[in-house]
Amino acid sequence: MRKLLLQSLLQRPLTVAAPAPSEQALAELASKVGQAARRRLGRSLAIREVDAGSCNGCELEIHALNNAFYDLERFGFHFVASPRHADVLLVTGPVTANMREGLERTYAATPDPKWVVAVGDCGRDGGVFDGSYACVGGVSAVIPVDLHIPGCPPDPMRLLQGLLALLRSA
Amino acid sequence: MSDGSKLQAALSAGQPVAGHRPWTRAVVSPALWHDLIQGLAGGTWSLLGFWGEPDAVHLALCEESSGTLGIASLACPDGQFPSVARRHPPAQRLERAIVDLFGLQASDAPDHRPWLDHGRWPLAYPLAETQGRRRELPPYAFLPVEGESLHQIPVGPVHAGIIEPGHFRFTANGEAVVRLEQRLGYVHKGIESLLRGASVERAARLIGRVSGDSTVAYALAFARAIEAATETEISDRAHWLRALMAELERLANHCGDFGAICNDAAFALMLAHCGVLREKVLRASAACFGHRLLMDCIVPGGVGADVSPEGEKALRELIAEFRRRFPPLIDLYDSTASLQDRTVSTGFVRPALIKQFGCGGVIGRAGGRAFDARRQPGYPPYDQLEFKVPVLADSDVNARVWVRIREVEQSLSLIEQLLNGLPAGPVRGALHRLEQAGEGVALVEGFRGDVLVWLRLNVDGTIARCHPRDPSWFQWPLLEAAIENNIVADFPLCNKSFNCSYSGHDL
Repeated sequence: MRKLLLQSLLQRPLTVAAPAPSEQALAELASKVGQAARRRLGRSLAIREVDAGSCNGCELEIHALNNAFYDLERFGFHFVASPRHADVLLVTGPVTANMREGLERTYAATPDPKWVVAVGDCGRDGGVFDGSYACVGGVSAVIPVDLHIPGCPPDPMRLLQGLLALLRSA
Repeated sequence: MSDGSKLQAALSAGQPVAGHRPWTRAVVSPALWHDLIQGLAGGTWSLLGFWGEPDAVHLALCEESSGTLGIASLACPDGQFPSVARRHPPAQRLERAIVDLFGLQASDAPDHRPWLDHGRWPLAYPLAETQGRRRELPPYAFLPVEGESLHQIPVGPVHAGIIEPGHFRFTANGEAVVRLEQRLGYVHKGIESLLRGASVERAARLIGRVSGDSTVAYALAFARAIEAATETEISDRAHWLRALMAELERLANHCGDFGAICNDAAFALMLAHCGVLREKVLRASAACFGHRLLMDCIVPGGVGADVSPEGEKALRELIAEFRRRFPPLIDLYDSTASLQDRTVSTGFVRPALIKQFGCGGVIGRAGGRAFDARRQPGYPPYDQLEFKVPVLADSDVNARVWVRIREVEQSLSLIEQLLNGLPAGPVRGALHRLEQAGEGVALVEGFRGDVLVWLRLNVDGTIARCHPRDPSWFQWPLLEAAIENNIVADFPLCNKSFNCSYSGHDL
């Protein structure tokens, strides 16, 4: 283990440079986020991830945000285990009928001020699962959404751009 | 197959279905259905799949001793079929799902609780000929637990980590878990309903999203089933490129799991290193085929994209890097006593249970069941490649870690062989059209285990019925057994060592 740790000390970090916040996301947020909330939160946002019916593809890429390349925590984001600790709900999936209540209750348990980010094409409008009896069809059909990050699944860079836009606005 | 297959003999007593490929599908009488269930219960063959149609049920069976696979179909003219779960418990959840989706009744069923239907769909029996009104269901009745000093811990559906939703009901005596009962179905998306009437192109996109981490395995199984149904031969190069993608998917997932299991034993260093390696696999995949998870890269008729010279270079660099960086991680795992202390003897599953459930993938092979669909039934190009199927007997978290490690090594070797021997030729061809409707089935080995896809095509080339069966169906129930008598704190470790799919199971 010592050898591994030493190597890690000697090599240059893998972490990529921060991308610019997504222009499109900034525009979507500009109209939604209030000045008061910005002052209250500073530059730290706690994220609670909620899978509301995703195929697990989005989760894999959200996981990747924590690896050494993207290192999400350097921006002040961190994933939390409870909605009660969260400022942001990161929601994936077309929202299945069976997860609808779970999502509503998670939202209700998240203290104000809070933001909801819908991740992936399913999160926007149900994506390929649109029209199914078992899907509600998009996160905004159940709870108010502040930002959409499209993609199937969005790669970590795209997720990062969206979240940075949120941070700048929040 | 030379030693005479009892399964083949049994099925030949039924009415073979013309146009079903490549295995036999036979419509069987209730008496023969009963005999086949006896064969399951007696361990002569194992359950490969169990699914419904509005007026029939189908059993896919595998006789491992002779390498025979086959499907038995039973007509249900009065909306009933004799319960399989009554005599063969591994069929239980599949049977409950058939009842929920088709409204068929399993007579004599041991468990009448709904499984996928939580009473939240706008209709009942969504895949039946005529749907009913939404079912008013009572609160789910968890199995009763009796005894002194027991307490219950309900977990989920929204879990603490970045994972899929499901509910776990633990009953514990102090710290020891005496029972775990799972409740799944939260991510049921109605995929089988969306597949009905879909074009092959749309169905391929849907199938690629049954379980995002196994998108290659599902796309491969679907493509092979379509090609079987339409009697389409694809080029050698396409076969080889598909295998390349499948091994990249296996490599990425096993590597990620190895790190995540260690992380659940509070050894974050491994997660950090494995996370970097996994990211490199995804980047090389994107460089090679244009998508990090390789979604929609395998299509019926071949593959969507050929590998570019830069892509091949990226893959060769990836192999070299793995060979440099992975062995020290194996040493680290092997020489860290605190880590071994958590994984050795934790989450033991009785090998007899693994055999009974026909449990595939890493869990099966860590518990003495050598099944690997790349070998049996086998499919190209694996018959031309050299690889070992690692099998261990300890059946604990540690064994599941080691099987993954060995399979990473095998995948690296396979990727190298595939790059070195890649035949020339086209990567995609048209599907061979048929005037009559055809049926196809395929079994492929994903990183999690064997993925089954069965389908029937309409005359116009659209999908009449398609059923994808995730390996998790036969793995989830064993997790309930694995956690028994372990402490609550070891559940994440056991769960991660299984890494079952919620989405693939819930459909």
